[in-house]
Amino acid sequence: MHFHAFDQFHFRESRIHNLDPRIKVIITVAFILSNAILPDGSWPAFALAWLLLLIGNDLADIGLGFTFKRSFVVIPFTLVAVSAIFSPLGEPLVIWDLGFITLAPTDFGLIRFFGILIRSWLSVQMAILLVATTQFPDLIHAFEHLRLPRILTTIIAFLYRYLFVLSNEALRIIRARDARSAGLPGVKRGGSLNWRAKTTGNMVGQLFLRSYERSDRIYNAMISRGYTGHIRTFNPHEMGREDWFVLGVSIFSLLLIQLVGWIR
Amino acid sequence: MLYSPVQLHIPDGFLTIVVSLLFWLATVIMVGIAISRTNRTLGEKQIPLMGIMAAFIFAAQMINFPVAGGTSGHFLGGALASIVLGPWAGILVMTAVVGVQALLFQDGGLLVMGANIFNMGILTAVIGFGLYRLVINQKRGVRLTVAGIGSWLATMAAALLTSLQLWLSSTTRLEIVVPAMLGVHALIGIGEAMITVAALSFIERTRPDLLDERQSSPGGGKGWIFAGLAFSLFALLISPYASANPDGLERVAQDLGFLESGQNSPYNLLQDYSIPFFGDTGASTIIAGIVGVVVVFGLLMLVGRNLRASKES
Repeated sequence: MHFHAFDQFHFRESRIHNLDPRIKVIITVAFILSNAILPDGSWPAFALAWLLLLIGNDLADIGLGFTFKRSFVVIPFTLVAVSAIFSPLGEPLVIWDLGFITLAPTDFGLIRFFGILIRSWLSVQMAILLVATTQFPDLIHAFEHLRLPRILTTIIAFLYRYLFVLSNEALRIIRARDARSAGLPGVKRGGSLNWRAKTTGNMVGQLFLRSYERSDRIYNAMISRGYTGHIRTFNPHEMGREDWFVLGVSIFSLLLIQLVGWIR
Repeated sequence: MLYSPVQLHIPDGFLTIVVSLLFWLATVIMVGIAISRTNRTLGEKQIPLMGIMAAFIFAAQMINFPVAGGTSGHFLGGALASIVLGPWAGILVMTAVVGVQALLFQDGGLLVMGANIFNMGILTAVIGFGLYRLVINQKRGVRLTVAGIGSWLATMAAALLTSLQLWLSSTTRLEIVVPAMLGVHALIGIGEAMITVAALSFIERTRPDLLDERQSSPGGGKGWIFAGLAFSLFALLISPYASANPDGLERVAQDLGFLESGQNSPYNLLQDYSIPFFGDTGASTIIAGIVGVVVVFGLLMLVGRNLRASKES
């Protein structure tokens, strides 16, 4: 499997790409926080937040619709929020009697539902923008600078590094199973459910052992190359004037958005 | 894309700020304890091991098996990680997994990540390992059975807590989300339980030294038994109650001031339009729950006996 199947980073030179990763993490979290604090129904504020996002997309030189195209990952989950439309906390707008159920969409419910949708839609786009403009190792380094415990960042660095290796291992195991359970079209293949579950369990166990033994070898190799419990990077990541400027402008815009959201 | 998301990852925007921060707090406390424990007791060798185990959980989630009617059994891995690696290491591994899923795949939000880590990493470790710890010195069949029940319960508890969080954020109706989530995850949990049991038995057969090593490893004290039992009991008691008596829970949440935080428009306290969606949800959920427990028990006994038979032959 190719590396880029997982990695969404886009190799470009842009003002956003060149920002310190710390700044991008802070702005992303602040943006999502700002969306969460905005009251339901403050549509102008949400529109401004979207504008901010579009400016980010534009500055990152990845195309205005880039994050939008990838933002559909949240759709399956919106199903959960549908029942919010029928929240009993507001005035019912209409009452549909469908025989077996009575549906009564309420004003509060509708506002809440669309508020949830817009919030998650905006937030996920900002997260996409962050990943699309920051290499993952830089991101990990940023978290280290932001005082995330060393042990966690190291685990995440290893996870990222071996994700692809072990995914390939899993793919090989899956391919082996498929190759050994050939079937004719229309004929039921494979054994009982119990048998299939057992096979899958053996595959997971097998993958576990291969991973475990590989980690032994990796550790020995790393020790022999001078590993001291810390992964180093070439990039020093120092905050420049541009970084402070972008941070200031972004925080100011978010405060402005809050102001628009709360003043009626 | 080979990576397929699981329904338990809450995206940003679905939880209110109060609920998000509350679960961030709980998660930070638990992960903090986990970090200090592992820092104190484990060598630096364990850190690459945990990283690779996290990658293993990720890769193992790709392996699925057809169940019936086009659905396939999937693997979440929280219970297996905590049983094999020990609870604290399991929590750290699942934290890394959930974090990377959110960062790299946008599967789950950033602000709600605390809740996601709590549901899928901490809760599964507490229940999965806690129940397993209870029988750690028992016979193999008993241990495997309990590991299966533990991972099924952990999945159910995660689904239940996810529903409760969504409801506390007034994102969804309690009487709809609880039966729906629990119904789906009763099935997903069976897949989880079967894979966990089979994987554990495979590891026990091929590398029993790994599990022995872990059993003498620190951080898996008796406190986990109580925590595991308490959380399981809580999950078992509250899910029928939540469906049978949503008003009761609603009252509790109102008294605690949760529901007000989820909304901004004034509302009347006594308005209550009920939607008889699933008939008498209370009774049906309790029955479904009992049937589910019986089915899981039966399946696990069968699997356990088969595994033992195949080992002896």
